[in-house]
Amino acid sequence: MSLSQATVQALDAPVIRSSGLTHTWRGGRSLRFPAIELAAGETLFVHGPSGSGKSTLLGMLAGVLVPDQGSLNVLGVSLSDARQAERDRLRADHVGYIFQQFNLLPYLDVAANVALACRFSAPRLATATTHGSLDAEVNRLLEALALAPGELRERRAGELSVGQQQRVAAARALIGGPRLLIADEPTSALDSDTRAAFIELMLAECTRHRTSVVFVSHDLSLASHFDRMLRIAA
Amino acid sequence: MMRAGFWGPLPSLALRSLWHRRGSVLLTVATIALSVALLLGVERLAVESRRSFASTVSGTDLVVGARSGPVNLLLYAVFHVGDATNNVSWQSYLDVAHMPEVEWTIPISLGDSHRGFRVMGTTPDFYAHYRYGDHQPLGFASGGAVADVYDAVIGSNVAVKLDYAVGRKIVLTHGTGVGAQMQHADKPFRVVGVLQPTGTPIDDTVVVGLDGIEAIHIDWHAGIRLPGAEVDAEQARHADLTPKSITAFLVGLHSRMAVFGVQRAINDYDQEAMLAVLPGVALQQLWSIVGVAQQALRAISVMVVAVGLCGMLAALLTMLGERRREMAILRAVGARPATVFGLLVAEAGMLGLAGSVLGLALLYIAMALARPAFDRIAGIRLPLTAPTATEWLLLGAVLLASLLAGCLPAWIAYRRSLADGLQVRL
Repeated sequence: MSLSQATVQALDAPVIRSSGLTHTWRGGRSLRFPAIELAAGETLFVHGPSGSGKSTLLGMLAGVLVPDQGSLNVLGVSLSDARQAERDRLRADHVGYIFQQFNLLPYLDVAANVALACRFSAPRLATATTHGSLDAEVNRLLEALALAPGELRERRAGELSVGQQQRVAAARALIGGPRLLIADEPTSALDSDTRAAFIELMLAECTRHRTSVVFVSHDLSLASHFDRMLRIAA
Repeated sequence: MMRAGFWGPLPSLALRSLWHRRGSVLLTVATIALSVALLLGVERLAVESRRSFASTVSGTDLVVGARSGPVNLLLYAVFHVGDATNNVSWQSYLDVAHMPEVEWTIPISLGDSHRGFRVMGTTPDFYAHYRYGDHQPLGFASGGAVADVYDAVIGSNVAVKLDYAVGRKIVLTHGTGVGAQMQHADKPFRVVGVLQPTGTPIDDTVVVGLDGIEAIHIDWHAGIRLPGAEVDAEQARHADLTPKSITAFLVGLHSRMAVFGVQRAINDYDQEAMLAVLPGVALQQLWSIVGVAQQALRAISVMVVAVGLCGMLAALLTMLGERRREMAILRAVGARPATVFGLLVAEAGMLGLAGSVLGLALLYIAMALARPAFDRIAGIRLPLTAPTATEWLLLGAVLLASLLAGCLPAWIAYRRSLADGLQVRL
């Protein structure tokens, strides 16, 4: 079943609203998370020591993991109650996700990797092609992230530097104007010069589409780029 | 260009993913292809060997010989395998030949050989009425039918293997097999015709007249030439060359409807113990014996396919570990666990399909290369015809089996993508 656009709340409604979330992994380790409220276009910096459950929180926000307790509402959809197909649909249509590294499918070229998000979601394809072809939108995003499309489009992931790979990953996460971007320590493999540049390019593109951002890092020096900060205790 | 939706990206993703790992994929496809070629080859040989046997008796309604077993009679009379235990008297043969339902008969007299090839004594009726394959009559590659007592017509294989042509003088050997030593050297035959290939035992036969068989044995008794009573070739011509007995005979009826009545009449004939069999029925009995071996072959080839698919499964499972990251990426861009499942099943299906198509191609290449040898050595013709319904069914089964095999890695990836979320635990 696919979730119709209508069930997703209007642009001004909160993108994330959660309280009392807990998650227990197999093996019995239980995690408890502070309440989150994130408005459209707002950017949130999440940090905490390793093992504090940052990735688990992101998994729940992305609708891949289910909270054991508490309420979690993303774009008006209650993820603690939604069926898995609904959660997958919400993610495909409205959420962009960037991993720490190895974001790209090795068998697709850069352009196909960026376009991949549109291949699992008709709404995102529609948004991406509002002003022209998907190809043109891929090129625009690559340029916006300071990647030369002419040179890189047909390269494979393995031929790119880590910094380039992360920017391609950002382009994929942002294609089709998702409402929420989730980034799981995307800069930890980058050196400090490219780190700031990456965040600035990424946030600039998010502002353009009023995309909300949840950005996880243990590097507190990056917090100044974001509107708010949330600390998760171990 | 790019399609969104649930299944949209799957085929192209699966294809590109396979291409990316083409080294190991190629090996897997080759394994499946070889096993599929074997499976289809065994099936085709079984079918074609049956067709080949059936084509040998395509125009014959009844095979008649001295009373023995139906399979035994068919084997020695038609396929020249083994020897007759008893003969049929000439009088009994004439009685059957004169039955009103009988259109034609072909008497067969066996027992001599020429350099390993069987010699068959018969009458001109053989050239007129014998049918093989799709009811085709015999044709001559060169020369013509036996006209004189000492004329011989040779089958196509005899001509090729012994490099004989029309005009060649040949000497027949008394008896058959390796032990046959005594030559009918006093009465040589002349090759007057070479038959076109038929794909039947006729190709390996030297055909002479019944009178020729009678003539070379005129001074023989109980398997040896009577000393002091030799009759030379010219004298023999003037003797009565009507045979006293023949080995067997083939019967063609005016109407197939009468076949059971005639069969019963021959089997109940009170002057002599004779056996009439419907060649189709006897062939069925033969296949029920030979069928065991064919079933065993088929079972082995099925197992080889299973081994091929196990190889594919092993390759897919091995790759699964390296591909956990890939699965997480797909999940992150919105792929459902079911899509991850579908991707892996699609990959297995594509491997199975590629293996089947390549296997089919291999089969035809192998057949094209091996058919002259099969025709020459086994008398089995392998026509390069389109795959039969059974063969398509086998290919479908292979494809289905590969899809089923793909479900195992797909299920593991599905479970993992549910349990891991977007984290990759290595």
